[in-house]
Amino acid sequence: MSLLQIEKMTHYFGGLRAVHDYNLEIEPGQIRGLIGPNGAGKTTIFNLITGIYSPTEGRIHLEGKDLIGLQPHQVASLGLGRTFQNLRLWRHMTVLEHVMQARYSKLTYGVVGALLGTPKRYRQEAESERIAYELLDLVGVKHLADQVVINLPYGAQRRVEMARALAIEPKILFLDEPTAGMNLEELSQIMETIRRIHNEFDLTIFLIEHRMKFVMELCDVIQTLVFGEVIAEGTPEAIQNNPEVIDAYLGKEIET
Amino acid sequence: MEESITKPSTSRSTWVNRWQLFWGSFSGVPILGWLIGILGAVALEQLFGSAFAQLLGLSKVPVLFGFVIMLGHPRLIPGTLIYLLVIYALPIGIITQVGKSLTNKLAGYLLKFHLGISALVHIGLLFLVLHLWADISDYRDLVLRLTLIAIILTLSLNIVNGYLGEFSCSHPGFMALGAYAASVLTVLLFVEDKVFGSPLLAPNIGPFLFPIVLILAGLIAAIGALLVAIPSFRTRGDYLAIISLAFLFIVKSLIENLEIFGGSRGFMNQPNWANLSTVFVWTMLCIWTINNFVTSTMGKALNAVRDEETAANAMSVNTRRTKIIGFMFAAFWAGIAGGLFAHVMRYVNPGTFGIQKLAEVLAMVYFGGLNSVVGSIVGAVGFNLLSEALRPLELYKWIIIPLLLILVMLYRPSGLISFREFNIANLLKPKSTSDEEVEHVVTSD
Repeated sequence: MSLLQIEKMTHYFGGLRAVHDYNLEIEPGQIRGLIGPNGAGKTTIFNLITGIYSPTEGRIHLEGKDLIGLQPHQVASLGLGRTFQNLRLWRHMTVLEHVMQARYSKLTYGVVGALLGTPKRYRQEAESERIAYELLDLVGVKHLADQVVINLPYGAQRRVEMARALAIEPKILFLDEPTAGMNLEELSQIMETIRRIHNEFDLTIFLIEHRMKFVMELCDVIQTLVFGEVIAEGTPEAIQNNPEVIDAYLGKEIET
Repeated sequence: MEESITKPSTSRSTWVNRWQLFWGSFSGVPILGWLIGILGAVALEQLFGSAFAQLLGLSKVPVLFGFVIMLGHPRLIPGTLIYLLVIYALPIGIITQVGKSLTNKLAGYLLKFHLGISALVHIGLLFLVLHLWADISDYRDLVLRLTLIAIILTLSLNIVNGYLGEFSCSHPGFMALGAYAASVLTVLLFVEDKVFGSPLLAPNIGPFLFPIVLILAGLIAAIGALLVAIPSFRTRGDYLAIISLAFLFIVKSLIENLEIFGGSRGFMNQPNWANLSTVFVWTMLCIWTINNFVTSTMGKALNAVRDEETAANAMSVNTRRTKIIGFMFAAFWAGIAGGLFAHVMRYVNPGTFGIQKLAEVLAMVYFGGLNSVVGSIVGAVGFNLLSEALRPLELYKWIIIPLLLILVMLYRPSGLISFREFNIANLLKPKSTSDEEVEHVVTSD
């Protein structure tokens, strides 16, 4: 059985049909790509899966569990970690605190433990800190652990978001435009990091991206979304040579 | 940087250097040293204070560091200053300097032993200092107890307005719920009263059950908070401010119209159980639990919700639950503060818990600093002492204090000490005895 299964997902914003009959099956260990022009509904699909919106129709199953109607935090603790297209970091918190915060659902000491500072609390917090440092090391920002996050350069902030998403111990990691606003050098570094994350945990990744080079190199299977509908799905080579995809990106040639 | 002190220089900078050396020698004094120094001064005042005050022509010991005397009778300024110098400044200076190496060693030893033990020793010393200081006059005792209660109030409101970043106006309402709940319970159970009749339990076990009464009062306030929280935390925005303000008025007029609790005439006859040690212990408990809470991942979830709620939710933080827990916890402590307040004043009336009280608590929170335990303590103590010290100025007091608030808001928009965590190990550690800047890396936490 596939890890994530989406059947006939449709979503309307008022009268606007943002996503139509979207189907997806992700197998464990895959890196999946979702491409498409601006406004095609890529981020909406992420928001629908992670519970920020509830789809008008359709079914979403993670390892057979129904995700429809769950709150985002419930979806997250079931194992969907994500980053955001426009960084959503907590501006007064340090890098380490960010990653530790995402371990919220793994802590079992409860309110009483927090108030009274029980040994269980300190044990779990220490464990959480150890994991956080490992993850920060993995994405390459361990040396910035004590910095307040808004003081960091853009690339580092993206990495913090990744480490934070990994801290919830995701079964699938959703990356929403991980390279937005990066130059070519940063691009190859972040690609390297994503590969490392993938190899380290044999992690399933689902990413939205605009940069073709990046998607083509990383992904096993790519979907192309135009106006909320998937027009093509296949391996990078197949997508690259698909006339409909080329049309969607470059426009049709005028028949003479 | 340190070399400049020893470098030969011109006469003007020698004075600067001497001053630096002077201060430098104090920066090596640990908290333990300061506490022992102040203890010495307070003990001296206890023994010779009133005799010395009479010698200087003062009618009695200057109760609040002479502010009241100096502002009321400028003629007595020199005498008061000499008093402060001889009774406070000199003993504290001498004891801290002489005992510096000893107290440093002691502080180090205590920390090596256990952080909790060290904290308890410090708190014990602090209590001794406050107890001796307050023993001189009833006025000091009252001001001190009210200040400690103000710390509880400020700290608890800071959870909502600082850590959670919402704006709650119902804190005096929760305080009123706690005050009346505790008062009714103690009077009903332990006091012979005209309305409630003879006590239901033996009065002599009352003081032992007083903590339970206070906790019940806190829980009742927390239930009130739940009523506010359920409708107002569905979304973010100004809803909480409006609903909580409405709640404040509802509580106030409810109590005003409940004749059994005295209505707007108020409710009295509370037993005198909120003495200094009781209030002190509750304040310490409040600081301890709130500090524990806001430094845990559970508590930091409040910050995550404030800074970016969508991200908090997507990172598995149950945001709604977090907000409700934070709000109820704040109300719980407001209720306990109310219960203590009722038993300090031994009289409550609904008029106390109105807009004026709200303004006072908000002022303390924003003056001291958002998102900071130390800030709240500084805010509560500073605001209370200031408002007592400026009492002789009467009307002008209400010009000076708001002006100060405006200045704080202008130059430090989030308060005097904001967004700073309270590191107990750092606070209690021995200071380096050399003159160089003390900036050692903290080993624990």
